[in-house]
Amino acid sequence: MPSISPSAQTGAPLCQPQFVRVAETRRAPLHFFLDGQRVAALQGDTLLTAVLMQQRRVRESEFSGAPRAGFCLIGACQDCWMRAEDGTRVRACSTLVTEGMRVLSRLASVETATDNGAPDQAGDPR
Amino acid sequence: MSDERRIVIVGAGPAGVRAAETLVAAGVKPIVIDENARWGGQIYRQPPALGGFERSKKALYGFEAHKAEALHSTMAALLPHVDYRPDTLAWACETGRLDTLHAGRELSVPFSHLIIASGATDRVLPVPGWTLPGVYTLGAAQVALKSQGCAIGRRVVLAGTGPLLYLVAYQYVKAGAQVIAVLDTSPFLQQVAAAPKLVRAPSTFAKGLYYIGWLKAKGIRIERDVTLVGIRGADGVEALEWRASREGSPIETIACDAIGVSFGLKPETQLADLAGCRFRFDATNRCWLPEVDAMGRSSLRGVYLAGDGAGIAGADAAELAGRRAALALLDDLGIAHPRGAGLPDAAAIARSLKRIAVFREGIEMAFAPPAHCASQWPDDMIVCRCEEIDASTLRRCIRDGDANEINRLKALTRIGMGRCQGRMCGEAALTLLAEETGKPLDAVGRLRSQPPVKPIPLSPRMLADDIAEIPVEARDE
Repeated sequence: MPSISPSAQTGAPLCQPQFVRVAETRRAPLHFFLDGQRVAALQGDTLLTAVLMQQRRVRESEFSGAPRAGFCLIGACQDCWMRAEDGTRVRACSTLVTEGMRVLSRLASVETATDNGAPDQAGDPR
Repeated sequence: MSDERRIVIVGAGPAGVRAAETLVAAGVKPIVIDENARWGGQIYRQPPALGGFERSKKALYGFEAHKAEALHSTMAALLPHVDYRPDTLAWACETGRLDTLHAGRELSVPFSHLIIASGATDRVLPVPGWTLPGVYTLGAAQVALKSQGCAIGRRVVLAGTGPLLYLVAYQYVKAGAQVIAVLDTSPFLQQVAAAPKLVRAPSTFAKGLYYIGWLKAKGIRIERDVTLVGIRGADGVEALEWRASREGSPIETIACDAIGVSFGLKPETQLADLAGCRFRFDATNRCWLPEVDAMGRSSLRGVYLAGDGAGIAGADAAELAGRRAALALLDDLGIAHPRGAGLPDAAAIARSLKRIAVFREGIEMAFAPPAHCASQWPDDMIVCRCEEIDASTLRRCIRDGDANEINRLKALTRIGMGRCQGRMCGEAALTLLAEETGKPLDAVGRLRSQPPVKPIPLSPRMLADDIAEIPVEARDE
């Protein structure tokens, strides 16, 4: 049984990824910022894929703070809304990652970004 | 005359594309609105246009490659003749008008005739622990592979029931992903009993048997008649607990980091509901469906339904039903049916759809979702992923006698009111309500749809052009 130590995941970001690439790996690379860290992705990745190649969550529940990583991948479940550093919200499964995109997956980093004066342009998506 | 005619198709999957093709062949130019970035629907979903995705159609769609190719090239050839609007969400529908959203901008689209080909989502039932990262629907597991070249994890368990269970397992193993086990909640005998109906679509049935045989030959573990007990993990899936359904069977734990789980497909009926279509309870689909006549006309004049959104029947039936709805629309406009190679007539379509309908009854019989599962759900299990409403909250509300109807339960507990609008929890809430009250599923009401059918941002960018500035004298200070 492979042991997936919880402690290894809660500390530093960019830990064990959720997704595994099994094809289409010859696409051009690009970089984006996940919780302030510059990380690599491939052109044509959805934001969800790009994030889940870095870690096992795309967001934290506003209710319990529990990690979430999307569910339906076709824009139906609404469980992968992420916040960009500029305050806008993006649905990770139906948004392609772009060079230099800056997104937040943790509530704490969302608060920090807002404290830093980033305007909250978008209302709650609903 | 043509100025007053505004024909809109929602959906560019098998049904929407064939409807468009039929209309264009008769000289009519429809607007085609699709939420996806590229045509094909979910089943023939294409990878993103950018990035240089390389896999062939054969690699992406397997046995169905020729159908995917045919649908994709049909739509490509239609582009000069239709008003194609991809990446566009139809989020509300009223008499003669759709509200759409594209790139953060709202646009109202009036119509004289509307074909709704909204497709399906996975039929979802909760399992304790199902909100953990690493748990996806079977459809999601397939989309990750098909459109991104990714597996949902390193050690994947596929569970639930339905034809997709075995297809996804086959596609994953073929792509080199590690599938630890396939856990089917349906009993094998139930599948055998359905065989006489399933052979009505012999090639589809044969493909299903081929996938299962192929998986067994590869040594993939397949268990039938199982009960999913729970998913364990701290910050993500670490294991799945399951047991054989017969009483007294011990719980077995399988270590894994990803689980694909769902229980067949469910029609997307929200737009038809908002349009005002009349619904009826359908025993085969186990849900409320918009009423349609023999040609796909809804109860509303000028509104037609086609494809899985009108009742699950699969991609082949969706192509036929798309053509059929377009023919009905042409009839209603007094325009002659188009003739030509590859354009079957209404009688041929009806014969094929009848055959597929028998096959679908067989599928629903073979892969019925687990009966009486709600009584086994622990009180602390989350039913609503959006707002984390648990089973005990629903049970308390029902047992206190406050709610014996689904919309009442929704009003009191907010179940079905979150961002997904009941797409993920609706089935569970109805099942739990029916079991708690001892009523059949068709006697606890139908979850009513509300606009927007999906979240829309209320950003200044979207509203800037539409909202007048508040006059100085009217300001509140």
